Amino acid sequence: MAENGIGVAVRRKEDRRFITGAGRYTDDINRPDQLYAYILRSPLAHARINAIETAAALAAPGVVAVFTGADMAADGVGGLPCGWGVANKDGSPMVEPTHPCMVVDRVRYVGDQVATVLARTRAAAKDAAELIEVDYEELPSVTDIHSATADDAPLVWDEAPGNVCYDWAIGDARAVDAAFEKADRVVSIDVVNNRLIPNAMEPRAAIGEYDEATGDYTLYTTSQNPHVIRLLMGAYVLGIPEHKLRVVAPDVGGGFGSKIFHYAEEAIVTWAAKRVGRPVKWTADRSESFISDAHGRDHVSHAELALSDEGDFLALRVRTRANLGAYLSTFAPSVPTYLYATLLAGTYKTPAIYAEVKSVFTNTVPVDAYRGAGRPEASYLLERLVDKAARVTGIGPIELRRRNFIDPDSFPYQTPVALEYDTGDYDACLAKALEIADYAGFDRRRKESAERGKLRGIGIATYIEACGIAPSNVAGALGARAGLYEVGTIRVNPTGSVTVLTGSHSHGQGHETTFAQLVTEALGVDIDNVDVVHGDTAKIPFGMGTYGSRSLAVGGMALMAALDKVKAKSKKIAAHLLEASDEDIEFKDGKLTVAGTDRSVSFGEVALAAYVPHNYPLDILEPGLEETAFYDPKNFTFPAGCHIAEVEIDPDTGVTEVLNFVAADDFGRIVNPMIVEGQVHGGVVQGIGQALYEQCVYDPESGQLLTGSMMDYCMPKADNVPRLEVATNTTLCTHNALGVKGAGEAGAIGATPAVINAVVDALSGIGVDDVPIPATPERVWQAIRQAAA
Amino acid sequence: MYEFNYHRPTTLAEAKTLLESNADAKLVSGGMTLLPTMKLRLARPTDLVDIGNIRDLGGIRVDAKNVEVGAAVRHAEVASSADVRKAIPALSDLAGLIGDPQVRNRGTLGGSIANSDPAADYPAAVLGLGATIRTDRREIAADDYFLGMFETALEPGEIVVAVRFPRAKRAAYAKFPNPASRYAVVGVFVAETGAGIRVAVTGAGACAFRVPEMETALGRKFAADSLDGIEVDAAELNGDLHASPEYRAHLVGVMARRAVSAAGG
Ligand SMILES: Cc1cc2nc3c(=O)[nH]c(=O)nc-3n(C[C@H](O)[C@H](O)[C@H](O)COP(=O)(O)OP(=O)(O)OC[C@H]3O[C@@H](n4cnc5c(N)ncnc54)[C@H](O)[C@@H]3O)c2cc1C
Repeated sequence: MAENGIGVAVRRKEDRRFITGAGRYTDDINRPDQLYAYILRSPLAHARINAIETAAALAAPGVVAVFTGADMAADGVGGLPCGWGVANKDGSPMVEPTHPCMVVDRVRYVGDQVATVLARTRAAAKDAAELIEVDYEELPSVTDIHSATADDAPLVWDEAPGNVCYDWAIGDARAVDAAFEKADRVVSIDVVNNRLIPNAMEPRAAIGEYDEATGDYTLYTTSQNPHVIRLLMGAYVLGIPEHKLRVVAPDVGGGFGSKIFHYAEEAIVTWAAKRVGRPVKWTADRSESFISDAHGRDHVSHAELALSDEGDFLALRVRTRANLGAYLSTFAPSVPTYLYATLLAGTYKTPAIYAEVKSVFTNTVPVDAYRGAGRPEASYLLERLVDKAARVTGIGPIELRRRNFIDPDSFPYQTPVALEYDTGDYDACLAKALEIADYAGFDRRRKESAERGKLRGIGIATYIEACGIAPSNVAGALGARAGLYEVGTIRVNPTGSVTVLTGSHSHGQGHETTFAQLVTEALGVDIDNVDVVHGDTAKIPFGMGTYGSRSLAVGGMALMAALDKVKAKSKKIAAHLLEASDEDIEFKDGKLTVAGTDRSVSFGEVALAAYVPHNYPLDILEPGLEETAFYDPKNFTFPAGCHIAEVEIDPDTGVTEVLNFVAADDFGRIVNPMIVEGQVHGGVVQGIGQALYEQCVYDPESGQLLTGSMMDYCMPKADNVPRLEVATNTTLCTHNALGVKGAGEAGAIGATPAVINAVVDALSGIGVDDVPIPATPERVWQAIRQAAA
Repeated sequence: MYEFNYHRPTTLAEAKTLLESNADAKLVSGGMTLLPTMKLRLARPTDLVDIGNIRDLGGIRVDAKNVEVGAAVRHAEVASSADVRKAIPALSDLAGLIGDPQVRNRGTLGGSIANSDPAADYPAAVLGLGATIRTDRREIAADDYFLGMFETALEPGEIVVAVRFPRAKRAAYAKFPNPASRYAVVGVFVAETGAGIRVAVTGAGACAFRVPEMETALGRKFAADSLDGIEVDAAELNGDLHASPEYRAHLVGVMARRAVSAAGG
């Protein structure tokens, strides 16, 4: 193992600048002569716009321009594209309404972009926006799934009858029906998966700039994937060729999926910069983030599990309705389908699965990927159902799971819902979690709580996720409108230091450290001599960015491929310098040695020879030592694991406290255990947040967002979280050379069902068998009261 | 935020003049309530008169009978004052439960009770201890002070100077915090002072209120189980996303019992 190579808990190289306040985020960037944009947003959930009067705003002090949707339309600006198409059961395409950067004649949610004011200061722009008079004619609105699918529901889009975007299915309905007929027992459950508001610490921001002399545009933006933004905005929205558009995503303070999408504001500032000939900067404030960042989750599902008397799962039938919001965000259609229903096998060998998903439009903020994206919804549904089955059959949560786990020796395992799992050992994670959680001692702890008048419960969730998105041909077959490979460049500088260019983007994940560890391991270069560059389309050849726990499994693998090329070329150079054959060169610990001799050159000498060749085989080898590789994964990766939560409920108030939490995860090979642990911590806290605290609420009448600030939207806080026990059990991914699977989302996937299963366990003794999420104090108290009545 | 003029007087008289000479002037103390409102453009004062530099409004004075806290004294100061902790520990406990450290290091007693947020903590102590509010022009008994939601007996331009809390034989505050904002969903302050037993509730209604049945029951026997069977009427209580009126009514009972137990009953 190299000193700071794979497997070492190297301290994060990036943290010095972050914790000393020297990070450089989009809002820290100021361009000469820049204007500030303020975006006037719809105060209504649904309305027709009869007129927009902007003259008074334009005349206000400091104001340079006021633009509306009509101005953008007149300039031929296109709508925001959707990156994933999903077909209906009959093969017809989904309803895909246009998504203008600013509306023209109708607003469809509170927060929809109506006009943009450019002024010399942010305050002046905001003041002037109040002078814009919009003549709204209010229309009835729908915000929740039930109302949107009711018979006489108001329509968000005239072209989407019943508000349906698509009605999709996966799996073999007939096989499932047949299995249900033979079943000894059927257990069913209804669950809601609550809508969440991501709330990355850094609000979104964007700066557009246009150089009149060269025709070059630059966009600085808070994005997880600058190349994707360049592709989408350049090609579909503004019609700017790639060589004239540079997109920079500098330090980004958290994304969780909400910074994947190509947002209207990015196009607005870029377009406006050319219109006014000055850079244009926009920064969201927190209130604006609540109504303009994509939301997450929001499903209503009914699921049934067919079992034999012995507890074997025979079939699973799921009916889900998903709320997509008012428009299709970039990946929205794929989240409740290909990223959700394909995961319904979970860790179990259920032979037949059928799932129907109907996705609907509502007058709410567009919903899209949020940490886990579809996979938390699948694991929540399945693990609640399995726990219920364990209870009603009396088989128990451990035994029932063990009975149905896919055996470690049956991989590769083809599920009935499209995926082929490459490897895993689910019982090993379960066993490890049980041991760390001292499951065996739980009864004693339950009694001890009962003596204090408290109800204690323990909950298990096993989960699997499909990460490393994605094998391009598979993604394409599933409706993705782009392949999802990744790109990496290893640039060895003349003195042997290394610059890594990666298409992955780090916004909290620690790539600058993890990727440097890969280089250290491969080339023996000191980690301080490796720098990782990301987030700038002018520097990096291409990239699909970071989401779906793909950075290491796809971006890291692209770097590995580039490193292989560098090593191969280094050997050739060394062979020449040492007058040997390149097959005889061994590359180890930063040294290239002729096998079986003591003749060697250092990697630094090879690098110098490659750039300043005095003695170099110019006739057969190009100078330079820089290699780029594109990597397309062969399959998804399948991180899996077991989370166990232990909670205590105060029956007087309904307050739930999480006392202990254990995560035993299989992420494949681990490059930096400290960073992985941090990823699990963050994810688990978000999972606990979804289970107990976070809930996006719209007023059903007015369509106003009621949880529009931190005063009402409850983010989990430090004192809501116990000490987290994190362990790993490793099976190596079989189809990438690193054996890595990904660790970014797991926490948020396993924690929510584990916590709710624990809450239900705590209450089952008094006759409660279900609680809604988030299990707020009042809901728990009501459940206790109803059971007592 | 809209533009405004900022003034920093050093005397009460100066502050009064500034308030009187500008129709839309507002006092600012810790700013923890007023500034967020201004940032959201829900308030638009032309002038802010910062009272943080007026000596008369500062300081904590403890004597044999009372603890007097200046209007401009910050929550953190009350929470950490050894004198307050010795005289009325329940008052330091309450101050230590307000918001978070940042809020406690800015927010003040005067600002809190002038604002009379239905979910604020201090009103429970003011009413529960039967305190006296001293202003620039008179003294107001706690029972006459809280009138409704964000509504007090203060006249326009009237400035809270200090609050005089009588020492208690025993007292305790039990708070059920809103999980998001950490304001009180329900807070109950129970105290026995020279003037008798008082039970004051915040968070549940339009403003802090007393529960006479509980006071009577505790007068018979100062014990948590004395409160069994006493219910406040949910019809009068607040309901929002975090707690329905009936849940709040239930919590009043739970918090009252906890406060009584904490006070040694
Ligand atoms: C995140 C957060 C959490 C909070 N949590 C809690 C909580 O848990 N419990 C709680 O009780 N409070 C909470 N607060 C409110 C906090 O305690 C405030 O500080 C307090 O309500 C107002 O005090 P202030 O000094 O900041 O007043 P300011 O904001 O300065 O003023 C508030 C109002 O009072 C007027 N005013 C100020 N001083 C005087 C005076 N001497 N005489 C007459 N009028 C005056 C002002 O003109 C203004 O109208 C929270 C606030 C925040 C931001």
